[in-house]
Amino acid sequence: MNIEIKELVFAYPNGVLALEGVTVGIPTGSLVAIVGQNGAGKTTLVKHLNGLLRPTSGLVQIGDWDTRQRSVAELANRIGFIFQNPDDQLFCRTVKEEVQFGPRSLGFENDRIETLVEAALELTELHEKASQNPYDLSPAWRKMVALASILAMDTPIVVMDEPTTGQDAVSIERISRIVQSLHGSGKTVIAITHDIDFCAENFERMIVMRQGMVVLDGPIQEVVAEREMLASTYVEQPQITRLAKRLGFSTIVYKPDDFIRVLHDS
Amino acid sequence: MALIELKNLTYHYPLTNSPALQDLDLEVQEGEFLAIVGANGAGKSTLCYTISGFIPHFFKGELAGSVSVAGIDPTKAGLGEFVQKVGLVFQNPFNQISGSKFTVYEEIAFGLENLGIDPAEMRERVDEIIRLTRIEDLKDRSPYALSGGQQQRVALASILVMRPQILVLDEPTSQLDPIGSQEVFQVIKDMALQGMTIIMAEHKVEWVAEFADRILALSAGQAIKLGTPREVLGSPELPEHGIGISRYTQVARKALQAGLWPEKRSMPVTLDECVQGFQEIIA
Ligand SMILES: Nc1ncnc2c1ncn2[C@@H]1O[C@H](COP(=O)(O)OP(=O)(O)OP(=O)(O)O)[C@@H](O)[C@H]1O
Ligand SMILES: Nc1ncnc2c1ncn2[C@@H]1O[C@H](COP(=O)(O)OP(=O)(O)OP(=O)(O)O)[C@@H](O)[C@H]1O
Ligand SMILES: [Mg+2]
Ligand SMILES: [Mg+2]
Repeated sequence: MNIEIKELVFAYPNGVLALEGVTVGIPTGSLVAIVGQNGAGKTTLVKHLNGLLRPTSGLVQIGDWDTRQRSVAELANRIGFIFQNPDDQLFCRTVKEEVQFGPRSLGFENDRIETLVEAALELTELHEKASQNPYDLSPAWRKMVALASILAMDTPIVVMDEPTTGQDAVSIERISRIVQSLHGSGKTVIAITHDIDFCAENFERMIVMRQGMVVLDGPIQEVVAEREMLASTYVEQPQITRLAKRLGFSTIVYKPDDFIRVLHDS
Repeated sequence: MALIELKNLTYHYPLTNSPALQDLDLEVQEGEFLAIVGANGAGKSTLCYTISGFIPHFFKGELAGSVSVAGIDPTKAGLGEFVQKVGLVFQNPFNQISGSKFTVYEEIAFGLENLGIDPAEMRERVDEIIRLTRIEDLKDRSPYALSGGQQQRVALASILVMRPQILVLDEPTSQLDPIGSQEVFQVIKDMALQGMTIIMAEHKVEWVAEFADRILALSAGQAIKLGTPREVLGSPELPEHGIGISRYTQVARKALQAGLWPEKRSMPVTLDECVQGFQEIIA
């Protein structure tokens, strides 16, 4: 399911102009990361996908739907959304009920709900915690619950706002596996992240925002090469890219294994 | 005597069987920058709460062993005495906003107002912190009409402005953009150099390695390592405890296995150390 955003402008009620004309197309199956400085408009942009915000002007299309003509509930069939703060989206008594809530409200049949919930708990490794209250879990695990509850809705597009914040190395690897698994099943994955290393190692395309605008958009290897443009929006190059540059490599690398390969060949 | 002294500290949250901190011994000197690393649930926040008096005053539970923070014994003194000396920046900035103020400026001045600081001095201190945390554009905004990272900057500013003797920061840069995180590390380092004592829980090991004097690694409530960044972050057992290592350490480990890292060199934890090691190989 393609996403088309055209000339999107958005002003908050207090007058803050958060998006100043954003145009991006995201085809089915894309693996896209959005990066950029605090306040650049990343969260504001993706909140237009699920209808939480409506364009001041411009157009947002999800498949053949114009978001202006669709309710948040309808859009939930197409867009799964994991908030920056997981506490904004958890309200059930147990983890399992929380994960069941989404597919139930989409009106899926019981068998399908059961299968989806099982798969979501499996991927997020929440099985053991299924009967606990989400609020008794640590913040890091609450984020997993939010993620599971979205996976269970089986939407063609999944949006994650800062999935790795506060997560330890093991959880970040788990999130990588989830991203790859969604990508493997043909879904579109869009993640906002400040973790540029995670972004470079797990995504294919990078959109860079600054002050309400998209300033770079392209394949990872091209975007990570743009040191100055990234720095202008407070983003650094990946650690591996910086290392390779200091050593005078002529090719752009951003993954540890690629670094070793280039080192070996030189 | 050290400014912070924990001896044989064991703590249980109410109604829990396994301790969140166990047999912890720690001494921190005045002006030191100590970072705490550990997997999720290792006890980083619990230790932050203990040093700032929230344990046992806000979280009850069972505290055994001895705690002394700037001469205060938390089991005898009230939270009020801590507030004068220790500032805590919470892990979740969304919890730090007071809820009683209309603008970011007022939010940051709130703590000083409560201390009855002279208005001229107050304005000077608030302006300085607003500049240091780069939130000049936001000062007339509502503290709720902000992006995630902007809220975290405000939360940080509202504690920094108090100039506590001991500053406890629980993942203070989790929502910040990469260069912004680095700037905050630098601001905090400068405060340590001026004599403020810093305790910081943090996952971003590449910055901890550059800025902290010492690192405490926790696993399941126990101290598994305490030492300089290189001693702790270069240690081979860290990943077994679910603690992240920087890409610099990761890539050097892979290189060592491929025979592409100088055998005599220890594992690098910073970019500079990593560059030096590989330069030897290339040469
Ligand atoms: N509820 C709101 N009311 C008014 N202005 C807002 C609101 N939420 C965000 N803003 C402003 O809109 C702009 C874009 O914010 P947004 O949350 O989209 O940024 P972001 O790129 O997600 O940043 P971060 O990395 O800090 O999360 C910022 O200037 C912010 O202050
Ligand atoms: N209020 C509470 N009541 C009961 N147990 C708690 C409470 N808060 C934390 N715990 C438990 O105490 C242990 C240590 O938790 P703590 O929050 O200190 O870890 P952390 O290292 O800060 O983790 P994270 O990286 O997720 O922030 C965990 O087992 C956690 O589940
Ligand atoms: Mg955001
Ligand atoms: Mg914590």
